[in-house]
Amino acid sequence: MSGTPHIEVSGLAVGYGDYVVQRGLDFTVHQGDIFVVMGGNGCGKTTLMRALVGLQAPLAGTVRYGGEDFWNAPEGRRQRLQRRLGILFQGGALWSSLTLAENVALPLSEYTSLSKTQVDAVVAFKLALVGLSGFEEFYPSQLSGGMKKRAGLARAMALDPDILVIDEPSSGLDPLTARRLDELIVELRDSLGTTVVVVTHDLASILAIGDNSVYLDADTHTMIATGHPREALQNGNAKVRHFLTRGNPT
Amino acid sequence: METAWQLELRPAGASETTLVLGGRWSMAAGLPSPAALLDRLSPGTHRLGFDAVNLADWDSGLPTLVAGLQKLCATRGIDLDTGGLPAGVQRLLALAQAVPEQTVAGRSGSAAGICTRVGAAVIEFGRDLPAMLAFLGEVTLAFGRLCVGRARFRLRDLWLEIEEVGPRALPIVSVISFLVGLILAYLGADQLKLVGAQIFIADLVAIGMVREVGALMTGIIIAGRTGAAFAAQLGTMQVNEEIDAFRTLGIRAVDFLVLPRMLALMLMVPLLTLYSGFIGMLAGLLVAVTIFDIGMFEYYTETLRALTLTHFLVGLSKGSVYGAMIAFAGCLRGMQCGRSAAAVGHAATSAVVTAILLITIAASVMTIVYYQLGI
Repeated sequence: MSGTPHIEVSGLAVGYGDYVVQRGLDFTVHQGDIFVVMGGNGCGKTTLMRALVGLQAPLAGTVRYGGEDFWNAPEGRRQRLQRRLGILFQGGALWSSLTLAENVALPLSEYTSLSKTQVDAVVAFKLALVGLSGFEEFYPSQLSGGMKKRAGLARAMALDPDILVIDEPSSGLDPLTARRLDELIVELRDSLGTTVVVVTHDLASILAIGDNSVYLDADTHTMIATGHPREALQNGNAKVRHFLTRGNPT
Repeated sequence: METAWQLELRPAGASETTLVLGGRWSMAAGLPSPAALLDRLSPGTHRLGFDAVNLADWDSGLPTLVAGLQKLCATRGIDLDTGGLPAGVQRLLALAQAVPEQTVAGRSGSAAGICTRVGAAVIEFGRDLPAMLAFLGEVTLAFGRLCVGRARFRLRDLWLEIEEVGPRALPIVSVISFLVGLILAYLGADQLKLVGAQIFIADLVAIGMVREVGALMTGIIIAGRTGAAFAAQLGTMQVNEEIDAFRTLGIRAVDFLVLPRMLALMLMVPLLTLYSGFIGMLAGLLVAVTIFDIGMFEYYTETLRALTLTHFLVGLSKGSVYGAMIAFAGCLRGMQCGRSAAAVGHAATSAVVTAILLITIAASVMTIVYYQLGI
């Protein structure tokens, strides 16, 4: 289901000050794909994600959304591009002083002209999508890890983003909950046509939902493979196969 | 019942010794030192074996001892034969040796001398100052947006903060102000007695508390109580990526989180200052009437005579400035917080230190300026 290029990354280098975590990153994410950024611990997956969503400026290179240069755009334009992204952080990152309903409602009341009752209706629907109907008045601290992630997903989907960026969806979840979250992501993609970028090292998840992927290597500080994860598993780079098979010879 | 380990050296040839282990080898019972053990061997020993037939039980204390022996034996040229040990101990030893010790190029620890550390602290301060000014700029812009009605935060947050900062601080402010008023009265009375002018205790306490001490004490209490709380709250939000979530949605975290906290403190600290002055004067009255035999009405009229509106305005202005500084320090350290539990603790500490430093500097500057202006 590869459509038009949606995100184009070229020559990207990310890191902190003098320390380059990843360099020479070139990849394209197509419309409607679930694109997996994979790699071992400390390879720079999350740093790359922060550069993609505008939280940390890259050291070099460009990120383009629909052909538009993200980091070189003027501030106001960048914020408008950013609004087309929905981001699910690792721990959900729900605002702890707000209820679930208020968490989902805040972006809506900020950026739409919906009335209070309309916002409430949209919030109820989004929470129903992620299976959290009835939890509107709960505070994040009253929820389990899986529920927090789903609520975070509802908030990320609040403004119907074109692109959903998800950091470690399965971390801290049991295998079945993780799988349900994966299924939910696929379902949302299929029904809304959202492009999804998933940063993960969870093998089950990578192989189950990935349409395309990039493998970031921690030793060489660059990407060493792209393509469909199953292809990479069958005839990809030896290092990537090693990763995708948990080091077991196939 | 055997409670501790037993160890015996049994010569097994001209240059060979066997360590006979018995009893329960548990860390709780302490462990022999490998070096002392090797020193007990006869000088010609080249081979060391184990006999664990009578060993009843062991925990990781035993492999720890053997690992220590292995290291020492390697340097002394003694051949250590672990064959006689229980299989579990041998497997643990093999596991511990599976990955050879690595020379990690980590941070060298405490080697830095005093000069290096002073230098590092100065550089750190130099880096801190621009960050502080940048945050000051952001907060100023946020206040600008507030004035033109474009800042977005929830009024409920403001009310919650006001309740937390104001009414809930009353007990501690009462106690401290009362005691400080008491101290001021005693201190003044002692000196004024020399010239027979005890009645001026009223002036001293009233003007002192209302103009200066009330605001300073309130400021320091609120810095410890609320400034630290602000830093910890915002720091935890930083750890949970909640601030990132604001940024990615283009919602200004400064408007949403910092403004209500700043406003709450700027409104409540002056009021607490007034209250503190009042409690301090009550304490002064108590001391004057009970210890120094000044009439209650006399004290009251003297206080009224001494206090003018200017004194109240000076106290209130100081209270507002201190409040703003506490909120600024707390929010600044919270927003600067790193991504760990230790960083949150550091942010809270740093918020209190910064707030008290700022308050003291402001207090000195304002006192001098007001004096020069004749206010």
